[in-house]
Amino acid sequence: MTDGMQDYNFAYLDEETKRMIRRALLKALAIPGYQVPFASREMPMPYGWGTGGVQVTAACLVPEDRLKVIDQGADDTTNAVSIRGFFARTAGVATTERTAEATLIQTRHRIPETPLREGQILVYQVPIPEPLRFLEPRETETRRMHALEDYGLMHVKLYEDIARHGAISTSYAYPVKVAGRYVMDPSPIPKFDNPKLESPAIQLFGAGREQRIYAVPPYTRVVSLDFEDHPFEASKPDHPCALCGATDSYLDEVITDDTGARMFVCSDTDYCAGRRAEGAA
Amino acid sequence: MSPLLQVEGVTKRYGARIGCEGVGFDLWPGEVMGIVGESGSGKSTLLGCLAGHLTPDTGRILYDAGAGSGAQDVTAMPEAARRRLLRTDWAFVHQNPRDGLRMNVSAGGNVGERLMAVGARNYGAIRARAGDWLGRVEIDGARMDDRPSAFSGGMQQRLQIARNLVSGPRLVFMDEPTGGLDVSVQARLLDLLRGLVRDMGLSAVIVTHDLAVVRLLADRLMVMKSGRVVETGLTDQVLDDPQHPYSQLLVSSVLQV
Repeated sequence: MTDGMQDYNFAYLDEETKRMIRRALLKALAIPGYQVPFASREMPMPYGWGTGGVQVTAACLVPEDRLKVIDQGADDTTNAVSIRGFFARTAGVATTERTAEATLIQTRHRIPETPLREGQILVYQVPIPEPLRFLEPRETETRRMHALEDYGLMHVKLYEDIARHGAISTSYAYPVKVAGRYVMDPSPIPKFDNPKLESPAIQLFGAGREQRIYAVPPYTRVVSLDFEDHPFEASKPDHPCALCGATDSYLDEVITDDTGARMFVCSDTDYCAGRRAEGAA
Repeated sequence: MSPLLQVEGVTKRYGARIGCEGVGFDLWPGEVMGIVGESGSGKSTLLGCLAGHLTPDTGRILYDAGAGSGAQDVTAMPEAARRRLLRTDWAFVHQNPRDGLRMNVSAGGNVGERLMAVGARNYGAIRARAGDWLGRVEIDGARMDDRPSAFSGGMQQRLQIARNLVSGPRLVFMDEPTGGLDVSVQARLLDLLRGLVRDMGLSAVIVTHDLAVVRLLADRLMVMKSGRVVETGLTDQVLDDPQHPYSQLLVSSVLQV
């Protein structure tokens, strides 16, 4: 097992499976926001750890790619390290922690702070692809609602938020309308990241357990749902980063001792490290 | 003037058994039609067919949406158009309010859902209209953010009515709207319904086994038995001078207190 290339097909999955996933990806790109069913495979990791994202990544990787994997913005957490190691071994591709250098980025629950550019692919790990799931448990019914563009219920949820909390309290997995047609769950990214969904990069979403793939092509219009008198707001903790001083990046709250001391630091480790290397803060 | 709803030869079978057979009638704007009969006589099947919940095996249901579009066959409509009809021009009041309400959504959200479904996107305006409608069905505005599960049965039923009428429908289907309520609550609900129907000029089809309900609300009456219509006529005429043996039995079965 020292040389993964002898034991596995390139990027672990067999070619027929990758072909099947690519067909689903092409369809997903052709119908932005539409959930395309695909025959999700068993992967050597538990559901909930990114089986969908890994399959999409495997289907997109080419030997020339440079892969970056982040988990909640960080390059050095278990999930990110494992998946990066997985593809380094089974595909032999180069890896990086620099957003700007990567050609393919697999992410769990964040969009990198560094603006993406054309030619990059961002792959999301999605736990529950159906934005209407918690409002309508029946799959047959949610499919019909998508088909008939019957999205009143989504606003009922936002209405309830305001009625109960005075503001739209949904702070992650904030529903968006893609290309004026499908309502989509952008995976549980913080709503701070929602404006970044309109991007020059290709964005692919893979849900392994739920067996769905969907996509947002480059430069597609993505609108966060809201009310005229309660407009969408991309919120974040009102602090600068304690390490790099950035005021424009999404922050994690870190408890530092038993007495409740805390600090706010960039959730995007690459962005934070890059700023510190440049001498900020 | 042309009929709002024309029903022609509607038949629905469940295998070999008959749900309802060869039912036809015209419903005119502002008219309330009552359908009475015993349990299993096909009332609810007929109502389900009319309201688009069930697909009739044969027959046509023509609805005139107004604006000079002419009468359209509802059964042949594309589903998107039928859904639009169901949440704008039509309304359906279920016997059990739990079937017609979202129990985990506040009263205001329940009333506002139809507005949001047709594109209302101003929170303040939606809330104002929901509040107005709660008032019209005699629910205290302070209960607007409570969930229906915290309401009594009569309040739930009134909330369901508000939720259905908020979009200003022209045609309302009601399936035993007073079923399961005690008599004093029933009386108030009927009073309210009668007021709303008259004020808004609604057309309605009301299915019930309670003759008092139709006596109060319905202009015309249809008596069903074993899936077939056995007698039709003006409500008072049918109730005071029933012709068919079954209608006679039905009328004479009412307890006099």
